[in-house]
Amino acid sequence: MATIFVKRPKLAWHESWFLSTFAKGLKITLGHALKTFLEITGRKEKVTMEYPEQKWDQHLPEYYRGAPALVTDEQDRERCVSCQLCEFICPPKAIRITPGEIPSDDPWAKVEKRPKEFDIDMTRCIYCGMCEEVCPEQAIYLRKDYAITGESRAELLHDKAKLYQIGGKRIGLVNKWNELK
Amino acid sequence: MGHLLANIDLTFLIASVVKIVFLTFLVILPMVAYSVYAERRFSAVIQDRVGPNRTGIPLTLFGFKKDIQILGIGGLTQPMADGIKFLLKEDFTPKSVNAFYYWLAPCLTMVPALMTCVVLPFGSELRLSDLNGLLEWVGLPGFSTVPVPSVIADLSVGPLYTFAIASLGVYGIVIAGWASNSKYPFLGGVRASAQMISYELSLGLSIIPVLMVFGELNLTKMSIYQDANGWLLLPLWGEGLSLARWVLWIPMGISFCIFVVAMFAETNRLPFDMAECETELVAGYHTEYSSMKFALFFLGEYAAMIIGSGLAVTLFLGGWSIPFGPLIGLGYSAGDTPLWLGLLHIAVFLVKIVAFILFFILIRWTLPRFRFDQLMKLGWMVMFELALFNVLLTALLMWLVPLK
Repeated sequence: MATIFVKRPKLAWHESWFLSTFAKGLKITLGHALKTFLEITGRKEKVTMEYPEQKWDQHLPEYYRGAPALVTDEQDRERCVSCQLCEFICPPKAIRITPGEIPSDDPWAKVEKRPKEFDIDMTRCIYCGMCEEVCPEQAIYLRKDYAITGESRAELLHDKAKLYQIGGKRIGLVNKWNELK
Repeated sequence: MGHLLANIDLTFLIASVVKIVFLTFLVILPMVAYSVYAERRFSAVIQDRVGPNRTGIPLTLFGFKKDIQILGIGGLTQPMADGIKFLLKEDFTPKSVNAFYYWLAPCLTMVPALMTCVVLPFGSELRLSDLNGLLEWVGLPGFSTVPVPSVIADLSVGPLYTFAIASLGVYGIVIAGWASNSKYPFLGGVRASAQMISYELSLGLSIIPVLMVFGELNLTKMSIYQDANGWLLLPLWGEGLSLARWVLWIPMGISFCIFVVAMFAETNRLPFDMAECETELVAGYHTEYSSMKFALFFLGEYAAMIIGSGLAVTLFLGGWSIPFGPLIGLGYSAGDTPLWLGLLHIAVFLVKIVAFILFFILIRWTLPRFRFDQLMKLGWMVMFELALFNVLLTALLMWLVPLK
């Protein structure tokens, strides 16, 4: 038999008249109030962290998804080849890339393309990490910075320079453009 | 004209003005502001949060390193910050509203709430002639020997006056709901009017047994009687030890319960905040209001809470009287109460009100909101009948075991 009949509990008169149930409720709320009061006054160990003074940064997990940023490889070459996959996959359409050609006299001319402009609109970004996942060159990473603030919209539009400044250099991983290896 | 002026008792006038200013501006309004803070802090603590704990004296504005936190508890100046915020916010009047009523509604919530406080005896009496020695030393004329009663208007129809004025508060809510010209405030206003009118019945009926026991309607005399003979709900000294008072304790307890429940409904507090319930009506009748006009609704609600608890304390819990006062020498005796005792009585009254308000807040986070039909059913089918039955029960008990 697939059906299970759950018996509705029959309330005693003091329960349906809100007497014992009311007392139970008061016990719960007062208990929580007392516990938290003791925590605030320091007679019990605190559970709450007070944000700007205390931070959880050192406990952030490895896979934490913060602000997206561009990285260079060990030869300071821009890893991004402006394939625009991240731009196409970005769910809130926060990324906008203008591809540019690498001039033939450049030592990395065989890479052919690099971004002329690379903007991430942080007012749109939802920190989903799809850009990182889709990137064939492992050029874009989600960093652990989470407090992205600014006083204007223009400030929250991260351009190429800003993205490389946040991202910095990342050693290892993709080496397909590296002739030394 | 001169004849008219000569008839005015100048001392009485000055005393009244001082008392009005003291009670409304120095007691009720700060208490309203701080009960908002208490509400936020207490709810935070109940919900395992910390609550507003950052506002101090903002010395950082003047280049100091740290804000000063009063008493080591952060956030004690939060009400001031809230007030400044309310005053500085944009006062936006939507285009679609009926401007006259839209502006009238916040005043109509705030004014009745403050007006009801005139009949509350907030203390026994102040024998200002106790200060005469000090005044003579400074070189000022002393006070007359007649003590000043600590009540603004010693009306002989105290509770009736309070109910009459307090029920005007529903107009503020209804007019706000209607004038906003928007669906949610309208629904909130309609619900509030139905609810407040329904619960006024049981509120009025619940105090009839109390008036029967006291045999009068003067709140000052009720307090004095309770001070000498035990509170209605704590008859442990004076006449309170008689069998009649203990028999009457049962109907008084029922009365108190009905009164408190009806008061919750009258002041639109959770579990009966049908007028604003956020989950259904956005913010109810004050959805379209902003800035100080919104704050006036807020203040009106809390002022009504304070007055309501003041009335409950005066009727059932002895008003300003200190428990076991006459036994430990802290009782009131007409014209012979020293100044410090008068001040202590005021303090005791305020402490009782604060305790009551904390109870209000605790209930808010303990009970879930009633559905509207449950609310009306409770009001008309339980509270009303129970209050009527309670009147009969009191009459019967008073007939069987007469009071002295």
